[in-house]
Amino acid sequence: MSSVPERPPARGSVLYDPKIRAVAYQVLLLAALGFLVYSATTNAIENLRAAKIASGFDFLGVTAGFDINQKLIYFDGAVSSYGRAFWVGLLNTLLVGAIGIVLATILGFIVGVARLSPNWIISKIAKWYVEVIRNLPLLLQLVFWYNAVLKPLPEPRNSVQLNGIRFGTPDFAGILWMIMAFGLSYALYVGAGRIGRNDTERQIGKVAAAIVAALGAWYLLPGIGILRPTEGGLFFLNNRGLYMPEPIFDEMARLLPRMLIVGVVLAFMFRRWARRRQSATGKQYPVGLVAIALILGLPALTWAALALFDVNPVTFRYATQGRFNLTGGMQIYPEFVALTFGLVIYTAAFIAEIVRAGIMAVSRGQTEAAGALGLRPGPTLRLVVIPQAMRVIIPPLTSQYLNLVKNSTLAVAIGYPDLVQIFAGTVLNQTGQAVEVLAITMAVYLTISLVTSAAMNIYNRRVAIVER
Amino acid sequence: MKKTIASIALGVVAAVAATGASAQGQGTLAAVKARGQLACGANTGLAGFGVPDAQGNWTGLDVDACRAIAAAIFDDPTKVRFVPLSAKDRFTALQSGEADVLIRNTTWTMSRDTTLGLNFVGVNYYDGQGFMVRKKLGVSSALELNGASVCTQQGTTTELNLADFFRANKLKYEVVAFASADETVKAYDAGRCDAFTTDASGLYAERLKLANADEHIVLPEIISKEPLGASVRHGDDQWFDIVKWVHFAMLNAEELGVTKANVNDMLKSDNPEIKRLLGVEGNFGESIGLTKDWVVRIVKHVGNYGESFERNVGEGSRLKIKRGQNALWSKGGLQYAPPIR
Repeated sequence: MSSVPERPPARGSVLYDPKIRAVAYQVLLLAALGFLVYSATTNAIENLRAAKIASGFDFLGVTAGFDINQKLIYFDGAVSSYGRAFWVGLLNTLLVGAIGIVLATILGFIVGVARLSPNWIISKIAKWYVEVIRNLPLLLQLVFWYNAVLKPLPEPRNSVQLNGIRFGTPDFAGILWMIMAFGLSYALYVGAGRIGRNDTERQIGKVAAAIVAALGAWYLLPGIGILRPTEGGLFFLNNRGLYMPEPIFDEMARLLPRMLIVGVVLAFMFRRWARRRQSATGKQYPVGLVAIALILGLPALTWAALALFDVNPVTFRYATQGRFNLTGGMQIYPEFVALTFGLVIYTAAFIAEIVRAGIMAVSRGQTEAAGALGLRPGPTLRLVVIPQAMRVIIPPLTSQYLNLVKNSTLAVAIGYPDLVQIFAGTVLNQTGQAVEVLAITMAVYLTISLVTSAAMNIYNRRVAIVER
Repeated sequence: MKKTIASIALGVVAAVAATGASAQGQGTLAAVKARGQLACGANTGLAGFGVPDAQGNWTGLDVDACRAIAAAIFDDPTKVRFVPLSAKDRFTALQSGEADVLIRNTTWTMSRDTTLGLNFVGVNYYDGQGFMVRKKLGVSSALELNGASVCTQQGTTTELNLADFFRANKLKYEVVAFASADETVKAYDAGRCDAFTTDASGLYAERLKLANADEHIVLPEIISKEPLGASVRHGDDQWFDIVKWVHFAMLNAEELGVTKANVNDMLKSDNPEIKRLLGVEGNFGESIGLTKDWVVRIVKHVGNYGESFERNVGEGSRLKIKRGQNALWSKGGLQYAPPIR
């Protein structure tokens, strides 16, 4: 024993090892959380049993017995179950959420850009819109819109009637007139660009061209028989909602969505081809126009071809006046309109601020550089500023989308049958199974929110700046 | 930080365990006494049945039933806290203990009595569902309402009867359901619906809220049985007995002619039934955990059933509803209380 035996490095008690301590705390916290959940669950089950309150999920199969006005899938209170009522409510929630998100985004971007407009009036209007709307409680706004939608509209007996137009077969002279009108309009447009000595004259010429085209369409399209006025009303508006013709699909109608898919596939193929050509030759192709033509044009051509053989894939059932209400046709309910309106206008105010912040985050040098390259303000915004602003915009935009969906639960105040009103309202009340119903409802909203943010995260990753 | 979270979590667990234990160990009567107040689930505002005025004083037939219970327990009808509940929230509030008793024009049905975990104690108002429409529609019967839009309140038997009625008569309709009675009436008034449906008593009460009450009529059809009454939670028989017998005591008091004005004189009555009712003989009040003079307290402060009826919904009120089915059995009605003996 010549040397002192080597001792392990001093480390005191295991209790003071930071790694072990960290793990121990996590385990303890997890155990406490687990115990909390366990005791809450067993406590609830025991109490429900003691109070003889029904529990379990069997109620989902029981006949509902109540009716719902707005339903996207078949629902009849006499035979449909609570489970089906759940789906009706969920689809109504998703409908208002999806439409609301799209419209709020569009309106929000417009207002956000308008706030930065050099035009004094436009920017001030946008500013006041944002300031007023986002500082008023949403519930108040919903009630306001519901009354604003309901009050001024006439009762069903005095519906506002829009005599619609339908497609017919054009005659030869009419086509000639139309070609002449549009030819004149085109000539005016081109001529204005060439002859006009300054911007004002050119503008006047273009406006005149637009007026000629519009008048031509307005007077000639019905006149020549392409479009003919219908005998009865097509659209009716009253305080029960907006009534539209209801499409009834024939056997052959299945062709239309198939042609749509073909169109989409072709459009994608064209885009890939155009991109490869552009990188090879530098030549640009109007990808957008061709895509629209393919996607919309193919089904339209199919329809026209079928119509030639006297097979009408889609016919319409029109609303007719009944004793109390209009019957037949598709009905858009005032509750839906009010809720969508309220949510869109409210959320758009927040989105506008997010868009403004995003645009302002793009350095002024970018705009100036684009200007130096000869880009006009429109393309500068579209091609330079907004793509860079998007990476600032997307994350807060996601929360606004989530807010919109969650706020849609205020539907309950204006009688729109969404998930909360139908399921967490009527179904809960009738079955008395608060724990199960609320658990399902919460799970649904959680799922909707998680899916939305997952989708937005994927998009965010695509627009994020790639650091090299 | 982690330490704090862990200790908070443990604290919450301990608190949950503690409240769970106390809620199970104590009866409702003891809880009410300890609180010094009865929590009564009431309507958010239905004239004649349960409505607060501008000063926050509640009046109504259902409100009197709450006050009678408080009077029997505390000898003070003001020791009630009214919990205003919408139709769809009312059962959850009673189940979860937010209210001790629910007296909110609630229809007694089998599913509510069984699977909802409630016990109905009796019927304090026999009602039935009706329709109200605008006069200018020229409708004289509910059977003419084919294709109409109907406003109703969600989470009610009304909503279900409506579906049954239209289906049974092969009529089409569009239902527009709102969460509260107020929103329903407002939407009907704004013209969203052709008809408004609820219990007949409610129709008369809500008509008073409309902009032009005279432009609306109540259709003659009564399409359902709506026995309205008080309910309590399952699992506390003593409390169930108290609420039930307070109701019966008010009926018996009317039957025996005991009123707010003469209750003190009646204590000297020779009638053995009145003696038992007012606690001069027997121990009936004590047998349900109250005092001997429990009925004296009720009648002294609130009056008998007939007095309460006339004051709130009958001739002494704006509603002017006739006794009809709600008269005593001895006068051709359905109100009948078992004897106190």
